[in-house]
Amino acid sequence: MNTEIALFLIQDGLTNGAIYALLALALVLVFAVTRVIFIPQGEFVAYGALTLAGLQLGKLPGTAWLLLGVGLAVAVVELAQALRLGLARRIPAILFKFIIIPVALLSLAWWAAPQKPALTLQILLTLVLVVPLGPMVYRLAYQPLANASVLVLLIISVAVHFAMTGLGLVFFGAEGSRTPPFSDAQWKLGVLNISGQSLWVMGASLALIVALLLFFEHTIYGKALRATAINRVGARLVGVSPAMAGKLSFTLAALIGALSGILVAPITTIYYDSGFLVGLKGFVGAIVGGLMSYPIAAAGALLVGLLEAYASFWASAYKEVIVFTLIIPVLIWRSFTTHHIEEEEE
Amino acid sequence: MSRARLVLGMFVAFMLAAPLALPEFHVTLLNYIGLYSIVTLGLVLLTGIGGLTSFGQAAFVGMGAYTTAFLTTAYGVSPWLTLLAGLALTFAVSLFLGFITLRLSGHYLPLGTIAWGISLYYLFSNIEFLGGYTGLSSLPEINVFGVALDTGRKFDYLIWTLALLALLSMHNLLDSRSGRAIRALKGGSMMAESFGVDTARLKTIIFIHAALLASLSGWLYAHLLRFVNPTPFSINAGIEYLFMAVVGGAASVWGAVVGAGILTILKQWLQDLLPRLLGQNGNFEMIVFGVLLVLLLQRAREGIMPLVLRYFPAPKKLPQAAAQELPRRAQPACGESLLELTRVRKAFGGLVAVNELSFAMRSGEILGLIGPNGAGKSTVFNLVTGVLPLTSGEVRFRGERIDTLSARAIVPYGLARTFQHVHLLPTMSVLENVAIGAHLRGSKGVISAALHLERAEEAMLLAEAARQLERVGLGPSMHEQAGSLALGQQRILEIARALCADPVLLLLDEPAAGLRYQEKRALAELLRKLKSEGMSVLLVEHDMDFVMKLVDRLVVMDFGEKLAEGLPQEIQTDPAVLEAYLGGVK
Repeated sequence: MNTEIALFLIQDGLTNGAIYALLALALVLVFAVTRVIFIPQGEFVAYGALTLAGLQLGKLPGTAWLLLGVGLAVAVVELAQALRLGLARRIPAILFKFIIIPVALLSLAWWAAPQKPALTLQILLTLVLVVPLGPMVYRLAYQPLANASVLVLLIISVAVHFAMTGLGLVFFGAEGSRTPPFSDAQWKLGVLNISGQSLWVMGASLALIVALLLFFEHTIYGKALRATAINRVGARLVGVSPAMAGKLSFTLAALIGALSGILVAPITTIYYDSGFLVGLKGFVGAIVGGLMSYPIAAAGALLVGLLEAYASFWASAYKEVIVFTLIIPVLIWRSFTTHHIEEEEE
Repeated sequence: MSRARLVLGMFVAFMLAAPLALPEFHVTLLNYIGLYSIVTLGLVLLTGIGGLTSFGQAAFVGMGAYTTAFLTTAYGVSPWLTLLAGLALTFAVSLFLGFITLRLSGHYLPLGTIAWGISLYYLFSNIEFLGGYTGLSSLPEINVFGVALDTGRKFDYLIWTLALLALLSMHNLLDSRSGRAIRALKGGSMMAESFGVDTARLKTIIFIHAALLASLSGWLYAHLLRFVNPTPFSINAGIEYLFMAVVGGAASVWGAVVGAGILTILKQWLQDLLPRLLGQNGNFEMIVFGVLLVLLLQRAREGIMPLVLRYFPAPKKLPQAAAQELPRRAQPACGESLLELTRVRKAFGGLVAVNELSFAMRSGEILGLIGPNGAGKSTVFNLVTGVLPLTSGEVRFRGERIDTLSARAIVPYGLARTFQHVHLLPTMSVLENVAIGAHLRGSKGVISAALHLERAEEAMLLAEAARQLERVGLGPSMHEQAGSLALGQQRILEIARALCADPVLLLLDEPAAGLRYQEKRALAELLRKLKSEGMSVLLVEHDMDFVMKLVDRLVVMDFGEKLAEGLPQEIQTDPAVLEAYLGGVK
């Protein structure tokens, strides 16, 4: 291996690592706020990538229909609850939020898709179609079980992952897609060719991390989420609703997932089920940080990216084996450094 | 004959006749249900009963399948030997994985199993001598007593014989001393530890047990198809096994068969139906499985088995009066020095909860440790029972230092405790809850339990539990569920459980808290009775009235320090105590 290849692999590793870092942050966020180990994170990556790919071909993406379907399901659940509690005045809001808005978005996508709008508009459209699925999934699958043990929530996560992967197959089909890069620019820096795409990915990831930081430090909602993460009961006592915190953290996770998908789509071909592995690599990073520390999780995710780049150079067939086996030394290290006494659950 | 036995008999008869009578397709389905039941059974133990989860069981199935496939095709080894080889390999790997993940909080094990399930799948797919994605074929058939199992119909007998043996041994295991401890893992680890149960070891044991069952199923699978490739051992298969365990539920070992049966048949049906409905091919049953599981966990977390079991009331466990008594330890003579605290100090960061506390108690007395809220009483309790480590100082029990020991290691010295917030296993019977207290008085392990070779010991343990229940006056409630008792009775149950450990010293943490007047009187009466039988009791309490009438001596704490020590009437007039309790009177 010469310097040129080594540098190229570093660039490649950091580009993927930046995406894993975003996912790792979302996973830590969701776990801290809701105790949900968010396995379906990867599905949002795939949905984001495939929705954008659909729009670029001028086709109506399946997500628009899916959003309407999931919206109908949420509407049914919410209406049943409202009627049971005798809160008929909530009905118009429920119909507006979960039926009228999805119908409006479906119509918008229907109208806009064939006109192949500019990339920025396509990205925006992708986000408004995919991100609302996050809080809706929380409402349907997790909210009724918000007080269950981490283990039950994890099994729910895996079930949601199963369902969303299957739905991905229905709405996007079995073929993979790859979108054209945001930028074809190449810069020569010594022996290294820097691609515009990797700068885009790293820049966007960094910008998103800074935005998250500002959100958590300077907005009331960010502070509410932090409060919930530190002390769920205490936050509730001062008026932070756990359901709100749950939906908000799922919205952020869906946003990060969809954006990661948009960023990764030009780098690799994404299939309906590719998200799982991408998301799990974020997980390996998050586990390095013990599912608690944001900076260590991000660093761990960059490490996963680098390891993956070098593994695919040295032993490409064993790439996944190497990346996922990384978790074993990490767990050994954690098991000797944490003195955790299992709290009683259930 | 009970209804359960009748149904079991019908099931066995059906299984004997089915391979002869059913069409090929249904026999195949039955074979798969048997294979999946064996894996799911391990998960019922691990997840449903033990509260741990693994998504990587398919990888252990693969391990059993690939070990036999490789060794029989490449070296012509007998399948019976490769079964042992597969089990040995699985044992080693699961021991290692269990060791590194079971010490961490609960969710690391499932996450670890997802990661390692994926990496093993890619390993199977890429290793050349395992045939890569194409796999290995032409495995030999299995011979049983000279009969070659060369058809699915013949193989069915082997699968279901092994599945029934696995079910039976699991059923035996759960109905034993180790089984009670395993059932305490979910939600009762701390309690179990304080009666000497090594929960970390038990968790490793049930993880290995589940892995070995998976490996056995893999061996059967390989020789049934006589071909292996990586697909059936993917992470999705691992997830489906877990779904089967959740659908069946942990209320009974038969949940494994019910869960495996329902999901296998449902999958078969959906794989026919959905592609026709949607007009394209794919694993659309995933959607249904996912939604079904979410609904099940939201509506019926215990799975389907509890609905089935309603028709099969569990037989009452009758303790045999004739059972031999367990040997008892030699009790110290009355008045011998029992517990000694010397300059005990506990600091949580900057907060000193207990400061230079010293006191001693003698055998045969009831010592009350009292003080206002926040005085540090419960901290002292936790220091003596080994739940918290000391910052400095010494705790001696009958002359031996116990402050360096863990909660579990202190139990054999003869200390037994109750909890301020009762720790019971609410769905287990009162009798079995109490029998956990006698854990260290038995010694038979998991293997003799699975084979039910420990019936004599088990009878002694249950008889002891029954005896202690009679002693505290809960005899009539022996067969009720512990969760159905009133709080006062639950507290008494905890005392019976502690007595079951044959203790030298009984440690009671606020036993009167939350009790009604009548319940308090019954409790006081019981404690007086125990004292008259020579039991020593350390009582942490803040109900003055309750304590004053009961104890021999009192130690009063305030702000982590000892304020006074003496007879109840001395304490009642002690000005410092009055000030602490009532505020200064000026």
